[in-house]
Amino acid sequence: MNWGSASEFFAMGGHALYVWGSYGACALLMVVEPILARKRRSQALTELKREIRANQDSQDETTP
Amino acid sequence: MGNNGGFENRFGMNTRLINWFGYASPATFYPLAGKMIPWFWALAALFGIAGLYVGFFVAPTDAQQGEGYRIIFIHVPASWMSMFIYLVMAFWAALGLGFNTRLSGMMATSLAPTGALMAFLSLWTGALWGKPMWGAWWVWDARLTSELILFFLYIGFIALQSAIDDPRRADKAGAVLALVGVVNIPIIYFSVKWWNTLHQGASVSLTRSPSMAQTMLWGMLLMALAFWMYAIAVSLTRVRAIILERERHAGWVEELEEVAT
Repeated sequence: MNWGSASEFFAMGGHALYVWGSYGACALLMVVEPILARKRRSQALTELKREIRANQDSQDETTP
Repeated sequence: MGNNGGFENRFGMNTRLINWFGYASPATFYPLAGKMIPWFWALAALFGIAGLYVGFFVAPTDAQQGEGYRIIFIHVPASWMSMFIYLVMAFWAALGLGFNTRLSGMMATSLAPTGALMAFLSLWTGALWGKPMWGAWWVWDARLTSELILFFLYIGFIALQSAIDDPRRADKAGAVLALVGVVNIPIIYFSVKWWNTLHQGASVSLTRSPSMAQTMLWGMLLMALAFWMYAIAVSLTRVRAIILERERHAGWVEELEEVAT
């Protein structure tokens, strides 16, 4: 075990800014990217459903 | 836009002659990817937790760099993945260019943002590591500069593709850019050997034993696996969105459970 206490762990031997700046940016991006990717898919699905509904409506109008 | 189904119908024999090409059909790949994604997330989490545990609690303090060296556990995996994803992206792009398979182009498009993220993380963590160790956030050194070019290649690929409306033409243009850019990968990799550089040499090499403590090496490898699994999971998620966007006029899309309901 490297750390005597939690505060020692967070201090990172005086390199806290650099170490946590790296891990923080990494964690942030790796949370945001999957959210954006999932959002893109749900947007595509919404768009698709809208298009299909529009097609059906126009078909309903033409068929007596 | 959207008239993508034509090739498959006219040259459909391509996909039937060799069964392997069956997976190259978006209709088969879309549900398959959906089933694989949770597994890759699970693996990413597993390797990530193990890697962070080893990296912070098992690997010893570095004799020269103190605790600051622990940036290595994300810096090296991000750098590796930024290069590896580029090679995979160029591979799919080349396959799409050569065989006109629709899915290859979508895979290449899907990988680019993840590759850009890895290149950015490599540069960002490198800057945060360089400041305390070299006294500078950035130096115009061969390794750093070629990695920056890699980042710009990803951005250029994304920008070029989004500037072209027809997805098939966007695939072709992107593929040419991706293939020309491949030359940068060996330059990044060997830059520390070819030029005098501030950046340290390879931490892991195939020809000699690693120049670091065993536990440090394990932490790095576990994190690299976690990043790898993450990259697969997120790019599969994105490729499913791209398939829906591009294949929306195909019959199979309308029959999907998530579309029909």
